[in-house]
Amino acid sequence: MGRAQLKSIMDTDTLRSPTSTTALLRELVEHLRQHRTELREEWARRITEAKVLTAMSDAEIFAEATSVYDNYVAALETGTFEALQTYSRNLSERIIPRGVETHEVVGIVLLLRDVLARSLFAKYQSDFQLLNRILDAYEPAANRIANTVAVGFVQERERIIREQQEAIRELSTPVLQVRERLLILPIIGVIDPQRARQLTEQLLRGIRANRARVVVIDITGVAAMDSHVANHLVQTVEASRLLGATVIVTGLSPEIAQTLVKIGVDLGKMNTVGDLQGGIEEAERLLGYKVVPFEAPAQISGLRDEQ
Amino acid sequence: MAVPILKQSQYLIATIQSALSDEDLLALQAALVEKVGKFRSRGVIVDVTALDVLDSFASRTLRDIAHIIRLRGAETVIVGVQPEVAFAMVQLGITLEKVPTALDLEEGLAYLDKKLQHARAEP
Amino acid sequence: MREQSPDVDAEYCVPVASVNDIVTARLQGRALAERLGFSPGEATLVATAISELARNIVQYAGHGDIVLRSTTNGTRRGVVVVARDRGPGIGDLKLAVRSGYSTSGGLGLGLPGVRRIVDDFQIVSNRQDGTTVTVTKWRI
Repeated sequence: MGRAQLKSIMDTDTLRSPTSTTALLRELVEHLRQHRTELREEWARRITEAKVLTAMSDAEIFAEATSVYDNYVAALETGTFEALQTYSRNLSERIIPRGVETHEVVGIVLLLRDVLARSLFAKYQSDFQLLNRILDAYEPAANRIANTVAVGFVQERERIIREQQEAIRELSTPVLQVRERLLILPIIGVIDPQRARQLTEQLLRGIRANRARVVVIDITGVAAMDSHVANHLVQTVEASRLLGATVIVTGLSPEIAQTLVKIGVDLGKMNTVGDLQGGIEEAERLLGYKVVPFEAPAQISGLRDEQ
Repeated sequence: MAVPILKQSQYLIATIQSALSDEDLLALQAALVEKVGKFRSRGVIVDVTALDVLDSFASRTLRDIAHIIRLRGAETVIVGVQPEVAFAMVQLGITLEKVPTALDLEEGLAYLDKKLQHARAEP
Repeated sequence: MREQSPDVDAEYCVPVASVNDIVTARLQGRALAERLGFSPGEATLVATAISELARNIVQYAGHGDIVLRSTTNGTRRGVVVVARDRGPGIGDLKLAVRSGYSTSGGLGLGLPGVRRIVDDFQIVSNRQDGTTVTVTKWRI
């Protein structure tokens, strides 16, 4: 038999009974594309039956189901999963604010896997050996897909949680503008390094936005002051100065003063006042405001405010 | 890239563009010294608003500039340090100690006016 | 989409042989950080660290490289900066990185400061092989 004849026999054989994994995957991807509409509907039906994604309407579920399906099949076809991971994170970014949870996402991907597997059973049930080979090709890919989608969802969720934590930290430490050019930063509670950094950043942004010339940092409410926190405080004072603001630190207890001295801070250089009220008065003095003591208004007989 | 230096009555205003090389900084120092002498300026404002990074070299050079200018009888103010740059500087332990700083050009001019007790002519 | 997809694990090598290369290295570093979605403040920290490390190379070794790389630990993205040279090495490593509160700490190398602003800091230094500083900064 000549070489050319041998080659043509081999080619035809390959066409008739595909045995390589690639060829099998190609065949099943073809099948999944052909039956796209009905399989997608079946899947959407089972999602509703399982009562997952209750946060979304049927129309929304169907719309998302379409793109998930197509991405799923594309991943099977290409054997690469980066695109799927990106898609999964984008999808998660959309549905997490809707209240969708991890078990729901994992659940629906597994449902899709099952719907497609059953469809393969139905198609190849007459040829048990071929069915086995098809499943051998399908299962590892399908499991990898489920994994990719779930991991993408979890990563996105973690990112959102981190952002929320950051936002909460920011909210819990307001930088207050009480007068023109004067900011007050009351620091309360426990300060971890992340919060300390956030405080400094917020204050600096505030100095710039409010064109503050004086800042009063009140540490009366600080739970504990170790050398790390003390360092952060000194850094904040120095950074504020670089933006042209004078800092007055109030609420300095003797213990904290000791800590500052221990880490090498020259307290003579730091502007400190006993309490917040005193600090504000000092700040106003620096800004050139005249502080007039409050006097009760004189009684004007016969006139009363009806309010 | 040369740093543009403007004369505004008794003051000189040097506006730094971003990404300043060491050479540029040293050239700026020489130019300011020359111009302070030439115009008998009383104050110098160095505007670093556009500076991307203020590292140890930049800090030392700015301190040197302020020192030399003072020897020539003029005051220097650094203005426009960005919050992120200030934050990075203090983390690194870089300071501009003894060099006056102000928030921006307006504050810088106000500082110089007050310091030199001159009324600022309306522009 | 909130973030762009950078070339994962792409490496950028900036040879550093003069003070002008310091600027190049830190601009590249900032650009990489911004592509990875770092905030401007965080990108400035990266650029400043690179500036100090590159300056050390120029001042003490004459020439070397700054290698910039993106990295991920699964959930977060980060920037890795490797500053390497074949210079004379640092004699007392402990002293060089000691972080006391002092503006002139650390043998004038600025390493304690760099250590404060990055998340991971590693240094290998000896007379034969020179110095390699590897720092990582994660995106929040």
